[in-house]
Amino acid sequence: MTESTYRIRGATGDWEVVIGLEVHAQVTSNAKLFSGAATAFGAEPNTQVSLVDAAMPGMLPTPNRECIRQAVRTGMAIDAVINKWSRFDRKNYFYADLPQGYQISQLYHPLVGEGSVTVVLDEKDPNSPTKTIGVERIHVEQDAGKLMHDQHPTRSYVDLNRSGVALMEIVSRPDMNSPAEAGAYLSKLRSILRYVGSCDGNMDQGSMRADVNVSVRRPGEELGTRTETKNVNSVRFVMAAIEYEANRQVAVIEDGGRIVQETRLFDPDKGVTRSMRSKEDAHDYRYFPDPDLLPLELDDAFLDECRASLPELPDAKRQRYEGELGLSAYNAAVLTAEVETARWFEALLAECGSDVPAKSAANWLISDLYGALNRLGKGIADSPVSPAQGAELLRLVADGTLSGTLSKQVFEIMLETGQGANAIVEERGLKQTSDTGAIEAVIAEVMEKNADKVADYRGGKDKLFGFFVGQTMKAMGGKANPGVVNDLLKKALG
Amino acid sequence: MSVEPATVKRVAGLARIAITDAEAEKLAPELGNILGWIEQLGEVDTQGVEPMTAVIPNHLRLRDDVVTDGDVRDRVLANAPQGEHGFFTVPKVIE
Amino acid sequence: MSNLTDLGVAAIRDGVRGGEFSARDVADAFIDAVAAAKPLNAFLVETPYHARAAAKVADDARAAGEALKPLAGVPIGMKDLFCTQGVETTAASGILKGFVPQYESTVSGNLWNAGAGMLGKLNLDQFAMGSSNETSAFGNVVSPWRRPNDTAPLAPGGSSGGSSAAIAARLCPAATGTDTGGSIRQPAAFVGITGIKPTYGRCSRYGVVAFASSLDQAGPMARDVRDCAIMLEAMAGFDPKDATSLDLPVPAWEAGLNADLRGKRVGIPKEYRVDNMPSEIEALWQQGIDWMRDAGAEIVEVSLPHTRYALPAYYIIAPAEASSNLARYDGVRFGQRVLPDGAGLQDMYAATRAAGFGDEVKRRIMIGTYVLSAGFYDAYYTQAQKVRTLIARDFEAAWEQCDVLLTPTAPSAAFALGEKSADPIAMYLNDVFTVPSSLAGLPAMSVPGGVDKDGLPLGLQIIGKPLDEQGVLNAGLAIEQRAGFVARADKWW
Repeated sequence: MTESTYRIRGATGDWEVVIGLEVHAQVTSNAKLFSGAATAFGAEPNTQVSLVDAAMPGMLPTPNRECIRQAVRTGMAIDAVINKWSRFDRKNYFYADLPQGYQISQLYHPLVGEGSVTVVLDEKDPNSPTKTIGVERIHVEQDAGKLMHDQHPTRSYVDLNRSGVALMEIVSRPDMNSPAEAGAYLSKLRSILRYVGSCDGNMDQGSMRADVNVSVRRPGEELGTRTETKNVNSVRFVMAAIEYEANRQVAVIEDGGRIVQETRLFDPDKGVTRSMRSKEDAHDYRYFPDPDLLPLELDDAFLDECRASLPELPDAKRQRYEGELGLSAYNAAVLTAEVETARWFEALLAECGSDVPAKSAANWLISDLYGALNRLGKGIADSPVSPAQGAELLRLVADGTLSGTLSKQVFEIMLETGQGANAIVEERGLKQTSDTGAIEAVIAEVMEKNADKVADYRGGKDKLFGFFVGQTMKAMGGKANPGVVNDLLKKALG
Repeated sequence: MSVEPATVKRVAGLARIAITDAEAEKLAPELGNILGWIEQLGEVDTQGVEPMTAVIPNHLRLRDDVVTDGDVRDRVLANAPQGEHGFFTVPKVIE
Repeated sequence: MSNLTDLGVAAIRDGVRGGEFSARDVADAFIDAVAAAKPLNAFLVETPYHARAAAKVADDARAAGEALKPLAGVPIGMKDLFCTQGVETTAASGILKGFVPQYESTVSGNLWNAGAGMLGKLNLDQFAMGSSNETSAFGNVVSPWRRPNDTAPLAPGGSSGGSSAAIAARLCPAATGTDTGGSIRQPAAFVGITGIKPTYGRCSRYGVVAFASSLDQAGPMARDVRDCAIMLEAMAGFDPKDATSLDLPVPAWEAGLNADLRGKRVGIPKEYRVDNMPSEIEALWQQGIDWMRDAGAEIVEVSLPHTRYALPAYYIIAPAEASSNLARYDGVRFGQRVLPDGAGLQDMYAATRAAGFGDEVKRRIMIGTYVLSAGFYDAYYTQAQKVRTLIARDFEAAWEQCDVLLTPTAPSAAFALGEKSADPIAMYLNDVFTVPSSLAGLPAMSVPGGVDKDGLPLGLQIIGKPLDEQGVLNAGLAIEQRAGFVARADKWW
């Protein structure tokens, strides 16, 4: 744990930034939190709306077990207190995207209490300091519908497809002090949610978005007045919004002004935040327990199942990769950051069995496979090469069939043709040779052509050894086993 | 208990009920009377008493995560005062 | 059979089964009675086609020798708080004028499944808020009862005043009601009929326009105890669409009817002897005690010490819930919209709601909004829910000493329309005897006990333990058998 040294340099001195995030994460479920309508993204307007979601008179909410289960599992994944007794409350306000005139949420008794998320501040540095960000609570609530303002000159259009979709609101403590810390926290949280499977983390589809609370103060002094920038939907934008908002606040204060506690919007095109007037008057939400619902009481069997179904989480996995597999801290971090990468890597290890060292598999994935995917603009989930195909290639390297250089060639052909490594090696004769007779013959030829250099070497110019290796490998078309070449050359050169 | 017309207007605003000054003047003493009458509850010693949560012992049932509803746009929109292209419409909102 | 409209539910059911008359004849008789009773203003919508269709199903089934459903051939009235698919449902409000639900409430659906037909939708206090049926946006319901030599219109009670008036005037043999603080029992008492509010959770709230969710409970209104038992059996039952529905089988209440109260203890709560109780009410209560004793019950005095706080607690909790429940009436997805020139969204809400809600509804929304607003929540709402806990505990303690409680239903006989409408608190006090059991979710029933000096009906209330509707019905039957209540309103409409 280290104190952040991030400061805004104002005209009158340094300012510290205090940041808390309220992350809204859409719970992965087939049906909505309180109705049986579907949650899929991108449907025709108002087709995924039940009469309950449209708040028709007399319609009543019935809670979806899976949404509760996913929130509980998420809580467990951040070592949080799970409240076996919780309640749903109504948050009352009027808006066209809120059919009931209230959002069913949890204020007084949330499902999940105190937990924490530990972030590594610099992933590339194996000795990077970590910081533990407190999570105050996670509660479950309904999402609102969507308004579209650009379809008609005088009207806004209302689409209720999202109305009633389950969200987890994950409320952090104001424990972050720099855009980088907030970015690291959000990335880590996203990673955990995706491991748990409780949220797909698709920020561009709005599955995860953050309300960013920012205030500034002189280092060590009392907390300043905060603003809340709503619905920021990428890690980069969150960092940009904080940066802008902190600087704006410092400028206001240094100008003799005061920060108003208000709701703001981030404009990603301009990189600025601006005040949001439309929700200004909505601050008296008149929360009270939803009388349509009873208290939510969870039994041990439910909690046991939630716990038992949790996967190995990124921190534990990373430690295991370092400890048991002997991977470098950097490689372990890269391979565990995204659940898909870790899954792919573990599938690769399973295919390799004991034939390939884990370290080699990790190096290949991170340098060769990642390099190729970056070039192709693809994610690992869409990799044109499967873990089984990768393992086939790595096995050929491990058993000496392919040299490092050859393996790269074979991999390129795999990417182009979709063929397996064995077939490529067979077809194109790319097999590395350890045939000492053939290599010795080539060496003799090389020495004969370069008799002068042989004499120089023997006269003490040791550096020329590499020259002979290169010439031999070249003459063998790169297919000679480098180890064997070395041994035989040493013998032949005396 | 006395309730100011300004308070009546603030509450009417929260409840989204348009109200004229004259109506607020008229409602103020009425609400004052009612609120004064219900304030006698303050006399009751409720220390250590839990607020009622479920009037008859019952537990919250949880539904299976199955899509059983939706895809009823015509029924959803059937009573809309105004709508087009499958949307409800409202006066343009400036955010 | 001289007049089919004089028959109750059981008599119609049995007569149709036995072939004494056709369901069609019954339906027609009631349809004609409804059409001829416009001055009562009990019906908001008449649905003769619905009643006749159900009658045809019953008659066809009988002709084919098939078994008849429990309510085959029985036409009923439906309080217009129940959403009925394809039939306008307004909750007697302007804001829902023209609203045609695309769905059926569970309770009404249960009744249709049991073979009942619908004569129409019954008027009520707007959003069930009222005790006299004077808050309907579509005019007052007028009680069929009148004081002697006086044509002044009397209140049929509320909020289920269309239901009570229609049954008392023989426009239907039974009707649905809903009861939040007495809205079945008080109107039943005012017109000399029977009505029961079951235990909270017995009848699904799905598709019932919500007033106060933690209190709202549907129940039947009919002319006698047996008819209520038959109706309630059809209406009740577990519904997964209502999270507060009780997952319990529906008892065979009709078969379980038994007026022999030997071995039962009837509690008389001393706090119900309120100040200024009319002597006639007092006398009726004493008469009821004697009847109970005559039926074999032991009488015990019990104490419900927090009784006097029930009304103020109710007038915090119910408006608070209502203020939120009625937020959905905003002119966006259904109902009336008022859009002044150049108005924005929030102005549209305010204009729509100002025009679409009546004064009493607005009053309660305002009270509810106020008590939930910042800084007041704990003092009002939390305190009221704590008092509610104390009230429920009072009843629990009473059940140590008795099986049912006997009280008057209302503190007076029916009053004249307009008599109390100027003073909201005087109106609220009408529910003084019915509200405590609502707050505790208990089953409670009103049965006619007698008449006052003007010949107007008075009711007795029986309150039972949670889930003990049978005990309530049985005690009610014992009173009914002894009261021999036969008074009825002379037809003037």
